[in-house]
Amino acid sequence: MRVGLFVTCLVDLMRPRIGFATLKLLETAGCEVIVPDTQTCCGQPAWNSGDAPGAVALAKKTIAEFEGFDYVVSPSGSCGDQIRTEYPGLFADEPEWRDRATALASRTYELTDFLVTVLKVDSVPGDYEGTVTYHDSCSGLRSMGIKEQPRALLAKLKGVSLKEMNGCEECCGFGGTFSVKFGEVSAAIAERKCDNILASGAQAVVGGDLGCLLNIEGKLRRMGDEKTQVLHVAEVLAGRV
Amino acid sequence: MHFKANVHAKLADVVLQGNLKNAKGKFVTRRAEAIKDLDDFDATRDAAAAIRNKVIDNLDLWLECFERKALDTGAKVLWARDGAEVCRLVIEIAKKHGVTKVTKSKSMLSEEAGLNHALEAAGIQPVETDLGEYILQVDNNEPPSHIIAPAVHKSLDEVADLFHKVHGTPRKTDIPALTREAREVLRAHFLSAEMGLSGGNFLVAETGSVALVTNEGNGRMVTTMPKVHVVITGIEKVIPTLEDLSTLMRLLPRSATGQSISNYFSILTGVKKPEEHDGPEHLYFVLVDSGRADVVGGDFHEMLRCIRCGACMNHCPVYQTIGGHAYGWVYPGPMGSVLTPLYAGIENSIDLPHAATLCNQCGIVCPVKIPLPDLLRKLREKQTERGLRPLTERIGLRLWAWVAQQPKLYALGASVGARYLKWLAGDTDRIRLLPAAPEWTLGRDFPAPQGKTFRELYAARRSSTPRA
Repeated sequence: MRVGLFVTCLVDLMRPRIGFATLKLLETAGCEVIVPDTQTCCGQPAWNSGDAPGAVALAKKTIAEFEGFDYVVSPSGSCGDQIRTEYPGLFADEPEWRDRATALASRTYELTDFLVTVLKVDSVPGDYEGTVTYHDSCSGLRSMGIKEQPRALLAKLKGVSLKEMNGCEECCGFGGTFSVKFGEVSAAIAERKCDNILASGAQAVVGGDLGCLLNIEGKLRRMGDEKTQVLHVAEVLAGRV
Repeated sequence: MHFKANVHAKLADVVLQGNLKNAKGKFVTRRAEAIKDLDDFDATRDAAAAIRNKVIDNLDLWLECFERKALDTGAKVLWARDGAEVCRLVIEIAKKHGVTKVTKSKSMLSEEAGLNHALEAAGIQPVETDLGEYILQVDNNEPPSHIIAPAVHKSLDEVADLFHKVHGTPRKTDIPALTREAREVLRAHFLSAEMGLSGGNFLVAETGSVALVTNEGNGRMVTTMPKVHVVITGIEKVIPTLEDLSTLMRLLPRSATGQSISNYFSILTGVKKPEEHDGPEHLYFVLVDSGRADVVGGDFHEMLRCIRCGACMNHCPVYQTIGGHAYGWVYPGPMGSVLTPLYAGIENSIDLPHAATLCNQCGIVCPVKIPLPDLLRKLREKQTERGLRPLTERIGLRLWAWVAQQPKLYALGASVGARYLKWLAGDTDRIRLLPAAPEWTLGRDFPAPQGKTFRELYAARRSSTPRA
């Protein structure tokens, strides 16, 4: 099974270890993982900012880079959702590209969904010890149906106990460019999320989208919390990389 | 509409923040409980959306059906192109019937038109009788901050102070006592007003009726006691049949207030008949366009399905954080961020379509499945197409999208960026002030990057570990 890894621009820039954790999880599960080195961004920032031509151009580039694989997997429900849900709609007037986009969309998965739904893994290599609480990211949850998959995988780690926070499905306030256009509102929404995280008493908050995690970590630290770990689910599931 | 300045003030308003926190829990929890009653909530939403689509896809025909039936019941049907025409028509009706005082049940169209102000200028006294609207009216005509709970931004203490000041009564904080006090004031108005003015939740084409969903009983006083009743509502509010009304009513109160049915639900048809004791002698429908006809058949057509339940704002993380006034016009929250640009001008509401995280909580709770995030995104696209976004943003986006199409240049940019951010963080794991995006670090830190990009580390790993 040849899997194309869509790293995402945030993981590339900020947290390469999440990319390596994803690689490890996929390879441990028996996939042949290819990381196309020309990949950049899925185009979601352009699409969400009203730059349709920019979004279309980047979608075409991504489709061309990834359509040769059996599957495309990304450690992000947000970028995954852009490819799976939004790409086909970008090509209303270009039927050939629409078909290629639709074909790619049907083979594109968020990491935990892929591990559970397609690979049906029995075990994961991680070894985390402690209480974690899970933040459901918006696109993953509401567009891609990512809810039980990461929890099912975390449950395979003996040392992990999951303590759900209040409002785990509520937005953390990140919203991509929203976080820098309306920084004050974004941070105020993040504060509610962080209050819930702290109230859960978990030693780590785990999520599947780096954008949310950077937002949450930044807010927790500004609030003076130095002890709550903020981890991508891939890092927890993969253990040391 | 200075959204960002409004936001800053609202975030700093400690009382408002407390009130918003209170309201959020109630709306969200009650709705979640109430929808459990329905065997298949999602299928009911589909049915409701289909009813609304049927109407808005042939709006002119359904409006003609409604008009014919309404005329048969003895009502008069008037058409208003905009808010100014609403005011003119209502004042004409009032003058014709020698009206000096109008009692009002809730009408958002009246807010759109600025009707109270126009009535006062014409020497006619408008009296808001919905408790929330009454509170706002006696507080210097403050605008509503929510479409169904207009005074949700106010605390009990604020209302206690207000009533003490306005009514000249001893200050009290007992809610039933405060309500009784308002009722005593309003009772005299109910008895003396010559004209009642209401909105309309739905117009039923098959019977020419208006359906009213209220919780305080004021709607009945307003629509049955005065000799003249004027219904002001948007042209998109028509639905085909009473059967359709029952489908929509399964969703509206549950989505709005978490009630299986509102305390009062009236279907008002025609003028008082000779053998009847109650009801108006004259019934007027003022059906308002105010931008709606232009939305028909266009990119934002689906927005016309809206049944004004307020669930989108109740569940919106942004609305929950800043309240309704910050949005600057009549309609707040996600539906407002779509409607305000459409009805008040896309160029007058540059911030609103962007004032959302696109979390889609609104789309999930919408009883008629309006894809609000998609509509907000489309508005952003229209702004870009029309060159309404700031030049720096447009250039920045195009430049970024261009660079992202040049893999080598992008890789270089990313590795320089990662090092720069790492340098900003110094020895720490965070950046306290991000010069490239100062908005981010206003209220939170920016975590430091690892320092090298994934693609660099991956290339290094590949060259050091030969693979089969």
